[in-house]
Amino acid sequence: MAPGREFTGIGVGRGGAVGPVVLAHAAPRVPPGEPGPADPEAAKAKVAEGFADVAASLGAKADAAAEAGIGTLADVLRATAQMAQDPALREEIDALIDAGTGPAHAVEQVVDTFAQMFLSAGGYLAERVTDLRSVRDRVVARVLGVAEPGVPTLTEPSVVVAEDFSPADTATLDLENTAAIVTRLGGPTSHTAIIAAQLGIPCVVRAEGVGSLRDGDVVAVDAAHGTVTKDPSPELREAIARRVEVIAELASDDAPAATADGVPVQLLANIGTADDAARAAPAAVEGVGLFRTEVLFLDRSTAPTVEEQADVYARVLETFGGRKVVIRTLDAGADKPLAFATQPDEDNPALGVRGYRLVRIDASLLDTQLAALAEAHRRSGVAPWVMAPMIATPAEARDFAERARGHGVQTVGVMVEIPAAALRAREILDEVDFVSLGTNDLTQYTMATDRLRGELSDLLDIWQPAVLDLVAATAMAGLEAGKPVGVCGESAGDPVMALVLLGLGVTSLSMSVSATPLVRFALRHHTADQCRLIAQAARSSSDAAQARAAALALVSRDVREALGLS
Amino acid sequence: MPERTVAVASAVGLHARPASLFTQAVGAAGIPVTIAKDGGTPVDAASMLRVMALGVKHGEQVTLAAEGDDADRVLDELVELLATDLDAEPEG
Repeated sequence: MAPGREFTGIGVGRGGAVGPVVLAHAAPRVPPGEPGPADPEAAKAKVAEGFADVAASLGAKADAAAEAGIGTLADVLRATAQMAQDPALREEIDALIDAGTGPAHAVEQVVDTFAQMFLSAGGYLAERVTDLRSVRDRVVARVLGVAEPGVPTLTEPSVVVAEDFSPADTATLDLENTAAIVTRLGGPTSHTAIIAAQLGIPCVVRAEGVGSLRDGDVVAVDAAHGTVTKDPSPELREAIARRVEVIAELASDDAPAATADGVPVQLLANIGTADDAARAAPAAVEGVGLFRTEVLFLDRSTAPTVEEQADVYARVLETFGGRKVVIRTLDAGADKPLAFATQPDEDNPALGVRGYRLVRIDASLLDTQLAALAEAHRRSGVAPWVMAPMIATPAEARDFAERARGHGVQTVGVMVEIPAAALRAREILDEVDFVSLGTNDLTQYTMATDRLRGELSDLLDIWQPAVLDLVAATAMAGLEAGKPVGVCGESAGDPVMALVLLGLGVTSLSMSVSATPLVRFALRHHTADQCRLIAQAARSSSDAAQARAAALALVSRDVREALGLS
Repeated sequence: MPERTVAVASAVGLHARPASLFTQAVGAAGIPVTIAKDGGTPVDAASMLRVMALGVKHGEQVTLAAEGDDADRVLDELVELLATDLDAEPEG
């Protein structure tokens, strides 16, 4: 095999490791000429003992896993132990032995029948086949009196390579010395992948060709790229070592986000439900930058009452325990139709009566929602921030602010997603306390491009310099007025765009929680001045692709390599 | 022979944890219980492999049957179990 040979599979996680290969022992082979049992009763007893031993050892491993706090693994092991004691399985094996089949063959044949059945069912059942076969192999090894299959004792940090792992195998892994896991089979939702992800062990599954690796071969495992490289180059070793450091840094960094020179940036979460809030709250975010309230209204024929809404809003406010929570009023219409709010027969719904504009037809929806927010404030003791979508003019901003304040909501803002609002952001900020840029809609309206038309996706790109100009104008207005300007589109979760947005003067970034560690990391490694240069480079470009390339070229090499940006 | 028909409430269907809890409960009942899907062949309800192989999805109906002195009480308890979302309980 040539040095530097690379095997490609599916990576689990972003980590990596370099180390010697340790092959996990293969399953025992049932001898083709296994004789029929001389004494069927004794043979059945031996098989029964084998199953009981395997079930007991799986049970013990499950207990150990539960004690170690690895509940998922414990559940999986208990389920596997239960399969080893399955009455149907045992009856059929006993029947074969009674009919004169050798015990190892009987075990193999019956388990394989179930395995085939599970495989043809597909999905969840197919993925249990590995567990089933691990039980078979262990029982067959006992019946034949050969060494138990599995992972040998590791004496140094090693890359464990196998056809596939069963939960029993993963339970026996010496976590101290398992630097990485590689399997030829399995899939991204197999036990191996799930457990590796939970334990934070770099893992590549479905790595074609790794069957040719031998004990002691040195390999580099790169889970981010799904590769296993034999005899890795010094550059590859170095890149993996750096990434491991970055991952440790990302995981341990829960301080408020700021640039390298200490300019603070609020990182906030986008959520849609109270459950999302519960998931996001433990993360290192300073609150919620966008609570989309549409979910409350979906699949309903009438609008939810003040009570119903106040329950949900209060729950979210309490979940964040006083951190900032920005609630967006109902953004119905266009791509988010609602039974009781959608205007029928609009030729052009994206430009029609949607978002805040619904007050022109029926103000009760908005008034109910604002009353519910005030009620949630009373119940939770936490003051919500509120903002309206689809504001086009300062007059609309003023009207919304009056309504909201009339209901007792104190901190009122509007979204900037219509170019007119971006161009008149200064006047709009005279009416409200903050604005938040919805970059998806702002891009759609600036570029006159339907969000749902895939063939126009090059136009529908926030990196379009014209869109960046409108973001810049809005941010500048915020700096002049001394009021916050946030971004709550998905673009805020792109680490490179986050640097541009900060450079343009945006003060908070709201995104899905999973994106926050990467953005925090990118911000930490650039000063505010560097962000301004990156933003300038993007705005000086003539199209979206150039803008991104120009920005990326100024991103520090460490960050580019660490986050795998290209 | 007493029978009961019930829709499976667990969101994942009668798989994984729900199948495990159900078959354990059948095993603990101490009398033979069978389970069948939509008029299909009844299988041993104590066998997790057989039960999972039925491939019962969320909301699908299954028919339980049992024989023995306690059959009615056992079936009532098992029906209650299947009518609960067994996957919603906190993981161990």
